[in-house]
Order: sequence, then C-alpha cells, then structure tokens
Amino acid sequence: MTYKFNFGPIFEAWPLLLNGALQTIWFSAAAMVLGLLIAVIGALGKTSAPKWVRFIISAYIEIIRNTPFPVQLFIIFFGLPSIGIRMSPNVTAVLALTLNFAAYGIEIVRAGIESIPKGQLEAGRALGLQPLQVFRYVVLKPAIQAIYPALTSQFILTMLYSSVCSTIAATELTGAANDITSRTFRSFEGYFTVTVIYFLLSCLFWMLFRLIDRRFLASPQGR
Amino acid sequence: MRELGPNEIFFIIFSVRWTFLLAAIALVGSAIGGMLIALALTSGKRALELPAIAIVRVFQGTPLLMQLFLAFFVPSLFGFNIDALTAAAIGLSLNGSAFLGDIWRGCIQTVPRGQSEAATALGLSYVPRTFEIVLPQATRIAIPPTIGYLVQLIKGTSLAAIIGFVEVTRAGQIINNMTFTPFAIFGIVGAVYFCICWPLSLYSSYMERKLLLNR
Repeated sequence: MTYKFNFGPIFEAWPLLLNGALQTIWFSAAAMVLGLLIAVIGALGKTSAPKWVRFIISAYIEIIRNTPFPVQLFIIFFGLPSIGIRMSPNVTAVLALTLNFAAYGIEIVRAGIESIPKGQLEAGRALGLQPLQVFRYVVLKPAIQAIYPALTSQFILTMLYSSVCSTIAATELTGAANDITSRTFRSFEGYFTVTVIYFLLSCLFWMLFRLIDRRFLASPQGR
Repeated sequence: MRELGPNEIFFIIFSVRWTFLLAAIALVGSAIGGMLIALALTSGKRALELPAIAIVRVFQGTPLLMQLFLAFFVPSLFGFNIDALTAAAIGLSLNGSAFLGDIWRGCIQTVPRGQSEAATALGLSYVPRTFEIVLPQATRIAIPPTIGYLVQLIKGTSLAAIIGFVEVTRAGQIINNMTFTPFAIFGIVGAVYFCICWPLSLYSSYMERKLLLNR
C-alpha cells in the first residue's frame, strides 16, 4: 500500500463539518416532528375516516414505501419547479424527508393506537380513574411505549437517508464532505471522516433514546 | 434539447436490467454474509458475537450512501481501480449482510432452545444441529422479513446512481438532462420501482399474516 493518508486538510475544515452535522440533526429532527404530525392525523384517518380517505392514505403509504428515497427527492426538487413551485435545496430536503417519515409513521402510530384493547379503557374506568387519567395512564403511555422503539429507529434511518439530500446540493453533512473533498482531493479521508461522524451521531441518538426510555417510559415493574 | 419520446422511455425502462443485476449480486452477497453474521450472533461465543455485533452496529449506524462511497474509494487505496458496478455490489452486499444477519438472528432465536438442546443430547454436533434442526425451523419465520428486506435492497440500488452506475435512476437523470421533463421522467422511474417492490411487499405481508394464523 503506497497511499499516504492525510487527514490534515479534512480536520482543518472542521467548522464546515460541524455545521453539516448540525444541519443533518436539524433536517432529521424537523422531518420527525412534522412527519409525526402528519402520521398522527393519517393514523386517525386510517382508523376512522370514510373509505375514500382511507384509500388515499393507503395509496400514499404504499407509494412512498415502495419507491426509493432519491427518486422521491428528485420528483420534488426537479419536478415541482416545472409547475411553478420553487424551493431551496434545504427546504426540499426537509419536505422530502418529512413525507418519507410520515408514510412509515402512519403505520407505526396506527399500530400503537390499535395496540390498546378496548377492555383496558373499561378496566381503567371501572377502577375509578377520571377520563383524563384514563387517557394519560391507560391510553397515552402504553401507546407511546408501543410505538417508541419503531419511531426512534425510524428517526435514525431518516437521519442516515438525509445524506442522499447532498445530491440536490443541500448543505448537510455529506454535502459538507463533497465540498471539502472537491477542494482538497482527499476523497477517502473526507468520506471516511464523515462516515465516522454519522456513526457517532447514531450512537449518540441510540443512547439518548435509551436514556429517555429508561427514565420516562419504562414501567415500574419493568417490561 | 431532445423530446421525451418512446426511445427515451424505453431507455429508462430497459435500464431496469442493471437494477436487477445489481440487486441479484447484492442479494447473493448479503445472503452469504448475513448467514455468517447470524450464525456468529447466535453462537453463544463472545469471541464471535462481539465482532458480529460491531459489524451490524457500524453498518446500521452509517448511511448506505457513505458505505457505497467508501466501497468505491477504499480499493483504490490498495491500487485496485474498480468500476461503479463492483463498488455498488460490494457496498450493498456488506450493508445487506449486516441487516439480514440481524433479521436472521431474530428468526433463529425464535426456535425454542429445547430444540437445539435436545439435538445436543442426541449427540448431534454443531453442523447437523444447526443445518438440520435449527435453520429449517427458522427459515419458515424468516421468509416475510427477508422479502421485506429485498424491497429495501432494490430501493437501495438507486443509490448506485450517485456513484455513477447506470441503472434506472441514473438513466432517468441522463434523460432528464437532455429533455428537462423531470415530472414525467422521475414519475416513470418511480413507477418502475413501484411495479417491482409493491408485489414483493404485498407478498411479504401476506406470508406474515399466514404465519401468524398458523401459529
């Protein structure tokens, strides 16, 4: 192996990498919050709306889940301007990630709603809980417990998908790497460093989500 | 500037053969690697489990796109210049090994421990115990999630477009650069993927429901 590694120019560009990492977190957090909002509405629609609404929601889920994310991104980024809707790459990236997250989120939230048996509500009321207490302890907490693992792993997947947004010149972490490697010609070092940063971000969120789970969600008697 | 005519549309649709080729190579690679990882994860030996856990974590915790970039650049460090198809095949296979390994670990663990203990008690050594007792029972459960993963893999091949391999997505980009009709082109590209992935998804959830009913 004759290649001489030189990480110097990559580390010198640390402000770009830091900014990229923050953008990546920001993109995925925004996509998760907005996506979850759509997911809750969609899940309620899928369980209780008229048949044609349910059909539209199902079609949306199937289309998003059975096409690749880059293609969804290209349709939004290149397609929408041709009908007069213009958005910056970063806004497009958040929009595409949100729509993608929502499709998976609807099914996750619906499973959470359906995981609560009706008898459980009745049992709560029979034990003398107030309606708000029933909602909080009997519906909300078990539902969140049920969807939490799927939701958090979907968040990490979304964060990793967001690297594709560099192809439409969004300024997230991979975009920063493209920028740095095109100036320094240190492709391997640049992409390797960024891969390590992605891995650290994943580990950070894995730990954070586990901490939240243990601190706020775990039942006293364990699960 | 060219018009979007039948030739352009056929070019996109027939590029699906490269998507299939890449997916087929990656599926074989992922199955072999995934099997090794699943067996290591369920071996009960720390020396095998820890590296397997590390591999799964690293590949599940980094973007597939970065894995493809590194699969492209790492061989050139050792003096091998590989083409985009080889790089994409290596990257997707390694990624698939980690995901399938983790999926199959779960399937192997659903086989009751007593099965493998009984086999040990009957004097079967590791190889027949694993391949004739445990794996055949795990296979039944493994079918729906494996097909589900195949959908992920086929969608993942679209990332090979970014490292320059001409499959359906890249073909769409090439034609779009000539005709500037993005809605129609990426609509067609999306439809091609949908026609491949949707039946697989339906089959996967049908098999899953069938398994649940038979339990």
